[in-house]
Amino acid sequence: MFKILKKEEWSPSVFAMEIEAPRVARKAKAGQFIVLRVDEEGERIPLTIADFNRETGAVLIVFQVIGASTMKLAALNAGDSIVDFVGPLGQPSEIEKFGTVVVVGGGIGVAPTYPIARAMKEAGNKVIAIMGAKTKDILIMEEEMKAVTDEVVVTTDDGSYGMKGFVTNAVQALVDRGEKIDQITAIGPVIMMKSVADATRDLGIRTIVSLNPIMVDGTGMCGGCRVQVGDETKFACVDGPEFDGHLVDFKGLMSRQRMYRDLESQEKDHVCNIGLDR
Amino acid sequence: MALSLEKHKMPVQDPKVRAHNFDEVALGYDEETAVAEAERCLHCKVPQCRKGCPVSIDIPTFIGQIKERKFDEAIKTIKESNGLPAVCGRVCPQENQCEKMCILAKKGESVAIGRLERFVADRAMEQGEEIKPVEYAEDAQKVAVIGAGPSGLSCAGDLAKKGYKVTIFEALHKAGGVLSYGIPEFRLPKEKVVAKEIENIEKLGVKIELDSVAGRLFTVDELMEEEGFDAVFLGTGAGLPHFQGIPGESLNGVYSANEFLTRCNLMKAYRFPEYATPIKVGKNVAVVGGGNVAMDAARTALRLGAEHVYIVYRRSEAELPARKEEVEHAKEEGIDFQLLTNPVEVLGNEEGWVKGLRCIRMELGEPDASGRRRPVPVEGSEFDLPMDTVIIAIGTGPNPIIAQTTPGLETSKRGNIVADEESCATSKPGVFAGGDIVTGAATVILAMGAGRKAAAAIDEYLKEKRSK
Repeated sequence: MFKILKKEEWSPSVFAMEIEAPRVARKAKAGQFIVLRVDEEGERIPLTIADFNRETGAVLIVFQVIGASTMKLAALNAGDSIVDFVGPLGQPSEIEKFGTVVVVGGGIGVAPTYPIARAMKEAGNKVIAIMGAKTKDILIMEEEMKAVTDEVVVTTDDGSYGMKGFVTNAVQALVDRGEKIDQITAIGPVIMMKSVADATRDLGIRTIVSLNPIMVDGTGMCGGCRVQVGDETKFACVDGPEFDGHLVDFKGLMSRQRMYRDLESQEKDHVCNIGLDR
Repeated sequence: MALSLEKHKMPVQDPKVRAHNFDEVALGYDEETAVAEAERCLHCKVPQCRKGCPVSIDIPTFIGQIKERKFDEAIKTIKESNGLPAVCGRVCPQENQCEKMCILAKKGESVAIGRLERFVADRAMEQGEEIKPVEYAEDAQKVAVIGAGPSGLSCAGDLAKKGYKVTIFEALHKAGGVLSYGIPEFRLPKEKVVAKEIENIEKLGVKIELDSVAGRLFTVDELMEEEGFDAVFLGTGAGLPHFQGIPGESLNGVYSANEFLTRCNLMKAYRFPEYATPIKVGKNVAVVGGGNVAMDAARTALRLGAEHVYIVYRRSEAELPARKEEVEHAKEEGIDFQLLTNPVEVLGNEEGWVKGLRCIRMELGEPDASGRRRPVPVEGSEFDLPMDTVIIAIGTGPNPIIAQTTPGLETSKRGNIVADEESCATSKPGVFAGGDIVTGAATVILAMGAGRKAAAAIDEYLKEKRSK
């Protein structure tokens, strides 16, 4: 059993939890993920590691309530426990001194860019964070991000805060002002990662994306998370989750993510009496 | 009384009923049938059956004890060599092992050794077998076992009995390896059999740490250098699914057999939405492959409500690698065998879902290096089968995580860990390996045999280490 040390509601559907998992915290690196199971009837769901503290043994996860499992997780409180918390999984981000690095986070994708930004900064890079949110009230981790980067650019779709528009507009603005970008890491909804990769392809900027396909075990034994990268079939859980965004078949990824949509809504209706769903 | 040339029949669930439930198909002998079957044993002076058993169970002795209704003694005899008899009695391919060597098999049917082993083990479990925990010496040496599948469990059980403190590290949230995620409930009940056998091994004093992915949470070197383990056994299996590499394999509705069976067996997707993991099975399902895994996947798909389930296999019936009994069960349940047939493309619709399987007929050519006749495509014989779900069961390879994170560990071209056949020793001192990670995908009992051998070798290694 793994204890929930702390729970915060960051917006009506976004929650942050610190999970007591000292061994995971000891080994975790930026870019890796965990797989958790809420209870004995639960499914295994992957979540990217948003932060870790080797001293306190806590691992931070940030999640959005989108289905039955995240709803059940959100209903738990500090002091409660979940049955399984497996990790760290996947390959760590490649961290070295590239020069100028931009991390782009969309929605709750901001959370996993945080440890990457911090590690990039520690490695001696100039780090610029672009944080995208639909509206001001669902923006997360702004203060944390400011503390580990040289510059933070916030965009909101409706212009309610920061720059009006999408994260791709912010990338373009950096390019326009003459910023020489050596690498971009983009994490968020697939459509956002695809847009960033499309935008940077012609600019010739190396772009890393963190993929979020459906997973079961997260250890390479089932291939449920397979994605096409260039000419190769890769398992995101062991070969990734980070890949060269210019080689990823985003269309295939989006299609496979929809595989259980009908069953998921059926399942959500089945247990959905707790009023968290919007 | 004339000796019967046939085995006593074991009652089974009616095929029409069982094709729609996940309850165990074969129901097991009752006491009277077991005793009667045991009486068929001739007690050969030089028993051949023992030679056919990879863990050398003293078969004539335990059968003699059944004959005398000394069932408690019979289970003790078996447990001297086999820590998981209720499992092995069910899933061993006895026709190629102990029962193949039985003298009766020359004239008629062998003694039903597997069914008798199962009877004794089931009876012991029902009656609540008492297992005494091992008493450890203060300075007992520590052994880490990576992987809680058949080889790891058998290695751990043997080492515990020898007085070593054993910790098994298992990546999944449940121990058992393929016994838990691979072999379906209707062949191997999870709560009634697998969980109980594992509990018995824990009762000896073996510690099982779940959710612990070796190579990620810790490395083999860290276990030995920082966590004080004196030796390590690698029993991580062959869990990496192979795909055919044909177009359309990434379409929705295409599963590896590992994913399909894991969802169903480990995650209990057949009880969705009571259990949260979903699974999708259409009307028409093709399972590509001819081994036990293919049979398991096909019969599982049927039980999940598929109307027409095909086995698509590139060789003929004689070459099917699956157990005969499973092939027969599959046929009785209505599985459609498309033999000498190979898929060339998975066809999809506009939404990215499987809609068909394009196949080509095959014929058998000259024998290849392995002695099996090589299947050769018949030119121009392509045809399409309408399909909603395709399950790929063409084999698995070794998961590379351990090899990648353990410097000094020699692996073969295929990625298997190189280990001595007898001592299970790897190229790294103190590190032993056995089971599918060494041999490639094989059987439960061969993995258990390797685990036993490794335990004996580790014992010797640690005695020597201590005396230094």
